[in-house]
Amino acid sequence: MKTFGGPVLFLDRGDINTDEIIPAKYLTEITKEDLKPYILEDLKLPGFDPVGPKTRAAKVIVSRANFGCGSSREHAPWVFEVNGITAVIAESFARIFRQNMFNCGMAAIELPKADLDLIFSHADDQDATMEIDIEAGTLTMAGNGQQQAFSFEISPFDKALVLAGGWVDYADQNY
Amino acid sequence: MGRTTAEKIFDAHLVNEPFPGTKVLRLDAVLCHEITTPIAIDDLIRRDKDRVFDPTKIKAVIDHVTPSKDTKTATQAKILRDWARRHAIKDFFDIGANGVCHALFPEKGFIRPGYTVIMGDSHTCTHGAFGAFAAGIGTTDLEVGILKGVCAFRQPKTIKFNVNGVLPKGVFAKDVILHIIGKIGVNGATDRVMEFHGSTIDAMTMESRMTLCNMAIEAGGTSGICQPDMTTVEFLWPFISNDFASKEAALADYSQWRADDDAEYDQVIDIDVTTLQPTITFGYKPDQVKTVTEMAGTPLDQIYLGSCTNGRLEDLRIAAQILKGHKLAPNVRGILSPATPKIQQEAIHEGLIDIFMEAGFCVTNPTCGACLGMSNGVLAEGEVCASTTNRNFMGRMGKGGMVHLMSPATAAASAIEGKIADPRKYL
Repeated sequence: MKTFGGPVLFLDRGDINTDEIIPAKYLTEITKEDLKPYILEDLKLPGFDPVGPKTRAAKVIVSRANFGCGSSREHAPWVFEVNGITAVIAESFARIFRQNMFNCGMAAIELPKADLDLIFSHADDQDATMEIDIEAGTLTMAGNGQQQAFSFEISPFDKALVLAGGWVDYADQNY
Repeated sequence: MGRTTAEKIFDAHLVNEPFPGTKVLRLDAVLCHEITTPIAIDDLIRRDKDRVFDPTKIKAVIDHVTPSKDTKTATQAKILRDWARRHAIKDFFDIGANGVCHALFPEKGFIRPGYTVIMGDSHTCTHGAFGAFAAGIGTTDLEVGILKGVCAFRQPKTIKFNVNGVLPKGVFAKDVILHIIGKIGVNGATDRVMEFHGSTIDAMTMESRMTLCNMAIEAGGTSGICQPDMTTVEFLWPFISNDFASKEAALADYSQWRADDDAEYDQVIDIDVTTLQPTITFGYKPDQVKTVTEMAGTPLDQIYLGSCTNGRLEDLRIAAQILKGHKLAPNVRGILSPATPKIQQEAIHEGLIDIFMEAGFCVTNPTCGACLGMSNGVLAEGEVCASTTNRNFMGRMGKGGMVHLMSPATAAASAIEGKIADPRKYL
C-alpha cells in the first residue's frame, strides 16, 4: 500500500483538466518515469509554477470541483505518482480520473466545499502539510500553526483497491 | 418498476457486485488504440499475464498519430501491431485501413444495441448512439478488460433529455449537444448516463446521433445513449441480415433495450430545438457557448474539419455544400481529415474532395492528429482555430492556441469569410 500525506500543493480553481495535468503531446512516452518533467505544464494559475519548489515537494494536491475532467488518459495519475503525489483532495472529480487514481492504488478524496474552504485558508502557509488515513477515513491539515481534522468517505471498492495496491491483480484473481 | 436503457444493460451483463455500489460487468467489445493500449500491453507482459480474454471481442486501430511522425509514435504503433498479431486479433486496422476509432468501429458494424463497450478513450461514449452502454476508461481498466473481459462500474444514474422539434436551417446535432452542455455545465452529467429521446433524435441519422453522444463526456457523462429504432437497424442491416429474418424482427429484438416508459430518472430535461441557433464555444471549456450571432466576426487562423465528432460523410457533405464555388479567405488555412478511409473514398466519388481542394483545403488521411495537438495541424501560440472537434481546453490543439468548437456548416462558412460566420446565409 502506498503512503499518503506530506506537503500540500493548492490549486485553487475548478475544472482542472487532464490536458493541463499532462498535455497530449507527451502521451507518446512509453514509460511513466518519462512523464515526470511535464507535470501540470499547461496549467495557468496566479502564483503557480509547474517547475517550482512547491510542485516538486508536494505529496498531496488540494483543488476544487470537477478535478481531472476531459481525457481518459491514465497519464494524469501517473505523472502525479512519479512526482511523489499519491492523493488529490477536491470537491468532486471527473469519473474516469477518479477511477484511474484508485485503480493505481492512489486516492481521490471528495470533501464538501465548506471543508475545502477551511483547508484552502492555509494556502498561504508554505509549510502546510496533510496526513491522510485511508482506513480510518480521516485527514489532518496542519498549517499556520494549527491542526484541523476532517473525515471523508470513499467507496468500499475504492478502499479495497488502495489497500490492494491496484485493480489488475485483484481482477485476475477474482474474475 | 421500469428501467432505463443503462439499467437494462447493467442487469443483463452483471457478473457480480463485489462491494456495495460497485458492479462488475461482462464486456461485449474492448476497443484499443495506440496511445493508451501499449502501456497496458507492457504492464501485462511485466506481470507475466500477456493474454487476451477473447480475440474476437477485441478491436484495435492505430489512429491518433498515423502514419507515425517519429520514433516514439512508431514504437507505440509497433507495440499495438505486434500484440494484435501475437494474439490473432483479426479486427486490427493498420495504415491504409485505419481511421478515427469512434468512426471506424461503428462503420464496421462492431457496436450493437445492448452492448457493453469500453475503450481507453474518453469519447467512447459515442457508441451509445446504438443503444449501447459505452464508457471511456483508463489504461488499468483497459488492461483488466483485455485480460478478463470485465469492467467495474458504479451504477450510473440517468438523465433523460427530451429533445423535440424540427432543427432550424443551419442547426445540426453539434449545435444541439453544445447547447445541452452549455445548459448543464461541464460536470452536469458526472456519474450519469445521458439518455436522449424525442422527435429531434428520432429524425436524426446514426451519424448525427454519434455526434450527439460523442460529446456526453464534455458534460462529464459516462455514456450518451440513444434509443435503438429502425434507423439503427437500417445502419446495421449489412452486418446483421444473416441474424434476423427481417428488419422488423431485428427491431423487435433490439427494442428490448429501449427504456421503459415508467423508468425512473435522476433528472428530466426538455430541450426545444426550434429556437436554437448555430452554437459555438468561446472559452476554454466546452460549456462556454454562445450563438453564432454573438460570435460572428471573431478572427481565425485555421479551419479544421474532422474528428470522431464531425468527420463523417454527412459532415463533409454539408461543409462541401457551403464551400462549393468558394475559396478559403486569404488569412486562413483549411485542413480536412475524413474520419475513415471509407468516408474519404465516398467523398472522392461524390466529388466532395474536389470541392474542398478547389477551395484551398489540405486534405489529410484519416487521423485524430490535430484534434489533440499531436500532429497534422498543431496551432502556434496565439493562433485561433475554428474546429469541428469536441474539446477546447487551453492548449488542446497546440500550446497557447485557442479552439472554437462548432458544426461543420459553421466551420465551412467561417472558412469562406476568414472569421466566424453564420452558415445560414449559405444554405
